[in-house]
Amino acid sequence: MRLGLATSKSRPVREVVRPEPRKDERKDQSMTDHAVHDRIRKTIEGNDVVLFMKGTAQFPQCGFSAQVAKILDHLGVPFKDVNVLEDTALRDGVKSFTNWPTIPQLYVKGEFIGGADIVREMFEAGELHALIHDKGIPHTTHG
Amino acid sequence: MPMDAREIERLIKARFPDAEIEIRDLAGDGDHYAAHVVCSAFQGKSRVQQHQMIYEALGGRMGEALHALALTTAVAKASSKD
Repeated sequence: MRLGLATSKSRPVREVVRPEPRKDERKDQSMTDHAVHDRIRKTIEGNDVVLFMKGTAQFPQCGFSAQVAKILDHLGVPFKDVNVLEDTALRDGVKSFTNWPTIPQLYVKGEFIGGADIVREMFEAGELHALIHDKGIPHTTHG
Repeated sequence: MPMDAREIERLIKARFPDAEIEIRDLAGDGDHYAAHVVCSAFQGKSRVQQHQMIYEALGGRMGEALHALALTTAVAKASSKD
């Protein structure tokens, strides 16, 4: 480093233009994907029930997200809502993380349960309630 | 960006030739569909996996050109439990 500073007067351009930055940029990009997936993993591991949704539980901004939030409310299941509209990296990241093209996405105990269609189907068949019950998630409705 | 129902059916059929596909245009606007797919290839797969197979057949259009495709799947020739 000291050598660089000492010689910078004689050839300042060479000091600035290095071949490394490109490689670093690429590394940064994959680090970003990594970081988002890490965040998602931590979120689903740190919360029993997580709903990645458009909008919030209070103010859903998409009919499909609203429907799943409503089902969870109906079952009296507390859940962590994650608004993907607040974060483009997260919105794309959760799709690649789950290999699922759409939002909402419901996770229970770290396991992907499904999107709006599957959650509705499971709810109507009583399977969602059974799953919540079997996983030992506290909820207010019974049977 | 609407997508024709026949195109949805064609893409699924291309991957799963024996699939029985029922598509309904929910809103009559060519943009909100419900599809029910019955296919023997779903045997032994979870519901999530079955949907992933269909999304894969749709080649990335789901969530893009196809915003609203309500999907239900069932295994063909399964001993009926319904």
